[in-house]
Amino acid sequence: MSKNFRNGLFIAAAALFSVLLIAVNGYSKKSTYVLGADFSISGRASFLGDPEAKTVRLLVSEINEKGGINGHPLKVIIYDDEGNTTKARLNVERLIKRDHVIAVLGPSLSGISLAVVDLAKRYKIPLVSAAASDRIIINPKTGKTRKWVFKTPQSNALAAKKIFGFMKKRGITRIAIITITTGFGASGRTQLIKYAPEFGIKIIADEKYGPKDTDMSVQLTKIKGTNAQALVNWSIGPSQVIVTRQWKQLGLSKQMLLFQSHGFGDRRNIKLSGGAAEGVYLPLGKVNIGKLLPASDPQKKPIMAYIRNYEKRYHKPISSFGGHAYDALMLVVHALKAVGPNKAKIRSYIEHTKNYVGMHGIFNFSPTDHNGLTEAAFVMVVVKNGDWAIAK
Amino acid sequence: MDSIGFGTQLFQYIITGITIGSVYGLVALGFNIIYNSTEIINLAQGDFVMLGGMSSVFFLTVLHLPLAISVILAVLFAFIVGALLERIAIWPLKNANQVTLILITLAISLILEGSVMLILGRNPYGLPYFTGSKTIFLFGAAIFPQYIWVIGISAVTVVVMNYFFNKTVTGKAMKACSDNPTSASLMGIPVKKMILLSFAISALIGAVAGAAITPSLLMEYDRGPMLTIKGFAAAIIGGLGSFGGAIVGGLILGISESLFAGLISSGYKDAASLAILLLILFIKPSGMFGKK
Repeated sequence: MSKNFRNGLFIAAAALFSVLLIAVNGYSKKSTYVLGADFSISGRASFLGDPEAKTVRLLVSEINEKGGINGHPLKVIIYDDEGNTTKARLNVERLIKRDHVIAVLGPSLSGISLAVVDLAKRYKIPLVSAAASDRIIINPKTGKTRKWVFKTPQSNALAAKKIFGFMKKRGITRIAIITITTGFGASGRTQLIKYAPEFGIKIIADEKYGPKDTDMSVQLTKIKGTNAQALVNWSIGPSQVIVTRQWKQLGLSKQMLLFQSHGFGDRRNIKLSGGAAEGVYLPLGKVNIGKLLPASDPQKKPIMAYIRNYEKRYHKPISSFGGHAYDALMLVVHALKAVGPNKAKIRSYIEHTKNYVGMHGIFNFSPTDHNGLTEAAFVMVVVKNGDWAIAK
Repeated sequence: MDSIGFGTQLFQYIITGITIGSVYGLVALGFNIIYNSTEIINLAQGDFVMLGGMSSVFFLTVLHLPLAISVILAVLFAFIVGALLERIAIWPLKNANQVTLILITLAISLILEGSVMLILGRNPYGLPYFTGSKTIFLFGAAIFPQYIWVIGISAVTVVVMNYFFNKTVTGKAMKACSDNPTSASLMGIPVKKMILLSFAISALIGAVAGAAITPSLLMEYDRGPMLTIKGFAAAIIGGLGSFGGAIVGGLILGISESLFAGLISSGYKDAASLAILLLILFIKPSGMFGKK
């Protein structure tokens, strides 16, 4: 009898368990929302793609822990383009045609984003780039906003204007610029030249260097021969560290101030500069300086939560770039929450998003502004005692 | 501080050119040592430079050894890696043709890059300056102490290599192998051992250059290929196989790049160095000091 009883108990337990299983399944039976992302996780721009992919993975698991988007679980398929344009195009085509994603996040680099924006138009799918160039959202030939493309990083134009506004306050009128010959550097150079006259600033030297260059002392010597009051460097990667070091070593630091673009926004750059970065000015998104923000700032709370969760999961500090991916993903998530998985509706929803508090600023999109940020999204920061400090 | 005059600028460009040029020269020297004993173009030569810099970083920051010991260990490590790679990848292929062997060196380059990336990650690294960071000003031009190290180490390397290949028995034996491997082996010279040695010495020279430039120019895992290209250009300019030519070729390349960037346009300096390479190939296809 006892054997039968035990068997019966086992069958009952099994039945109960399967009922439970069906119930749980039924609860999460809502279809999964699948988004796609292409970042430069390895290769020359891994410092962008790596924190971007990590941020997306962090947010996706947070969203799913809280029950998904209106009960729909969220999945983001992330591909690595290794900083390679051809791979990026293949990845984005694969996301759209084979994985049937609802929207695409990324790419990480300006040059690569420019190479894939036509896919968004052809397949009518929203693409939210994590790269800075203005040409990603505005077709430079027609001057029109690209309908299906958005981007979350602050425009180079905003960074240029923020720097120039600060210079004007300091009475700086003659500057030298040095830029890297990549999409990001070329775009920065164009914006610097375009907006300088508006602020009464004259560019008296215009130097360049290649992405693989390891010595800029020649260009800096040329600049030393001018009477510029400030030097603006526009690049990403190790080259900006070398410029900083050689600015100090060549004695330019006694002659002119050094401004870096927002591309310098990683504390590792301060460390690698080995003391030479003291006194370097740059515009930074607020996500980099969460602790320095006043409690009244509406961005402070979400930024501090992001920093806490990211550091807890990866044991690494956040960087500016992860913040761009954060904003890109969350804009799409908000749209999904409001209008469901309809590509055209998501596009239109993002285009009309107002007062969205993100990591890098408060976004106000419009049909002509697919970035949605103003100069207020930047804070001028100076390197002081090996860390960021708000510049006065 | 006053701005600087044209003469000073020119002086500064030449100093920078000599520094960069001596690194190109060392890469070219490594090319030539292997080319002389095997007629292989070693496409991993630039990666030996990267290996020297990155393994110094590893010994210093991961194992916390003093700087001098880290650098010496890194150079020895590269010597061993060079020998091992030859033994594993080149030695077993007895009758492979040149193209196959060159492709194998390309594979070696990718393996070196990949393993360094796995161990140290993709970020650039620096080393402390060998002797402080205080810049010396000479006639108004700035000379970084690290650049003096780079130039000095290159000069010493050239002198030592010269002595080794012309005065020691082993060196002379290696030279003999390059002149005529068949006769050399008939004279009782172990040709295969000499090839092994040539890879090890090339890796060592590359690593010396890498350790010397890392403090001021930083180093990352994928720096190799660019250095391979520039070093190869320097070797061609100087004449493939000529040791003196390698250094002269490197200096010509470095100085002309630097002068072009300074005086004409910094955006097109790589084009300038390639133009010089083409020019030399038109005028004297065997290079400046090359054998006919």
